[in-house]
Amino acid sequence: MKTRNNKAWFLVLPVILTVSFTAILPLMTVANYAVQDIFSPTDRLFIGMDWFYNITNDPLIFNAFKRSFSFSIQVLLIQIPLGIAIARIMPKSGWKASAALVMVAIPLIIPWNVIGTTWQIFARPDIGLGGYLINKFIDFNYTSDPLDGWILILLVDVWHWTPLVILLVYAGLRSIPPAYYQAAAIDGASQVAVFRFVELPKLKRVLMIAILLRFMDSFMIYTEPFVITGGGPGEATTFLSILLSNIAVGQFDIGRAGAFSLIYFLFIQILSFLFFTVLTLQERAEVTKAK
Amino acid sequence: MTSTTTTKGVLSPRKKKASLPWSGLMFWIIIAIWMIPVAWLVLMSIRPSADILAGLEIIPSRITFDGYITFLSKDIWYGAYLNSLTYSTLNTVMSVTVALPAAYAFSRFSFAGDKHLFFWLLTNRMAPAAVFLLPFFNMYKAVGLFDTNLGVAIAHMLFNVPLAVWILEGFISGIPREVDETAAIDGYSLPRFFIKIFLPMIRSGIGVTAFFCFMFSWVELLIARTITSTEAKPISAAMTRTVTSGGLDWTLLSTAGVMTILPGILAIWFVRKYIAKGFALGRV
Repeated sequence: MKTRNNKAWFLVLPVILTVSFTAILPLMTVANYAVQDIFSPTDRLFIGMDWFYNITNDPLIFNAFKRSFSFSIQVLLIQIPLGIAIARIMPKSGWKASAALVMVAIPLIIPWNVIGTTWQIFARPDIGLGGYLINKFIDFNYTSDPLDGWILILLVDVWHWTPLVILLVYAGLRSIPPAYYQAAAIDGASQVAVFRFVELPKLKRVLMIAILLRFMDSFMIYTEPFVITGGGPGEATTFLSILLSNIAVGQFDIGRAGAFSLIYFLFIQILSFLFFTVLTLQERAEVTKAK
Repeated sequence: MTSTTTTKGVLSPRKKKASLPWSGLMFWIIIAIWMIPVAWLVLMSIRPSADILAGLEIIPSRITFDGYITFLSKDIWYGAYLNSLTYSTLNTVMSVTVALPAAYAFSRFSFAGDKHLFFWLLTNRMAPAAVFLLPFFNMYKAVGLFDTNLGVAIAHMLFNVPLAVWILEGFISGIPREVDETAAIDGYSLPRFFIKIFLPMIRSGIGVTAFFCFMFSWVELLIARTITSTEAKPISAAMTRTVTSGGLDWTLLSTAGVMTILPGILAIWFVRKYIAKGFALGRV
């Protein structure tokens, strides 16, 4: 059991001070913007909840929300199974395992705008290897066809972030004692049965973390579409963060951006809370099972 | 695409023994495909810009190192690179220092509001950077942190402190509580125990946490670009600003790209044994 000790607050204090400055103060500022119509630093008007009403009825924002949400769902549907599949065939020991780990992790350590720049050229039909090869089979032009633009961003995200899922699942698989596999082999269990009854139960926790991180991060995707498609063609890849930063920094429409930010943040809070509840319930269930 | 077919291939039932060498080979084929865009970037960095735009070439007909020479001799490039290294390092040191005692507290003690506090910290890791653009811009201007490396380092603590607490808490919980109790009986005070005994025991955890803080600060663009202009301009911003200012030098841009991958590869090599555990937030 943990020791009950309220003095532990002193140990947490530095974190609280830091986060006050990096998160609480900015959020209060945003809330302040959201209830005013600001024409200039000296000329401002308190307008209460008008911006919120304006935001929730704005088709531009609603469409961006739908886009971001379906993007995140597609990201999960592709990356989770693909990550599991690749992690299962990763070498498990020796120098091969080390080499595999380093190579799998490479996409994760490339600055996001560099990933954008690379794919921007790589996917071009005329001078990019990827775009050139695909155009041998089907017409693919991400600068003119909205669907192609969407597919490219999805593909880039799969390339960029599936390694995270692979590494998480790999860590989970490594924690399974070999005896479990031996028992399964004696029973003559098929690969599917081994995955379903030996691996999957042990992977629950890492998969929850993977789903949480992948959903949240893809839901706030900004840099890659910003660099590759600039939110286009048309508005095909104008996700929430892109729209928000356009309103905030591009148009400097402070009040509207503030209200938008608050709603966006609140939605993330609620989702995190749901994920977090499931995660703690799962941990508690495991602890009771262990006893 | 290749990816979906492999998923089916691996999960479908097949004969047990025959699968092993086949799946090993499959893995390396997938990795090879995965690395093609990176190889493409390296290839572009040694081709003249005119050639890149002229057409597709697998084997370059002309090779140039102009990109690397310009990168290492023009201070807008290497200066921006140094800026990024500086704030990422600063951020790593500050994030880990602040997070260590908190992670210890969350792992060992229960105190009023601990669960709520832990959850609330995590939500900051999930918060979209775009939400913070305006207030960061105005606040950092007001307190004189705008366009400084320290400013970017502090701003990145927004997502790195929660992450560091989360990972460290996982690693610390892996150390049996008896260690703390024995030290207390031996007469160690908490700070002395923490520095002399505990820190060395969780050094792999600290290493991994440092790696993650550095990486997430290094790869971030949106916040870093918003709260800097010229003095503390990060390398990623130098790259996007080149894109918008007309006449693109693709060779130079690719060179900068290759250069930004190097610190990461170096860092992974040191933490490769623990990286998977780190990605699982110290919880496997």
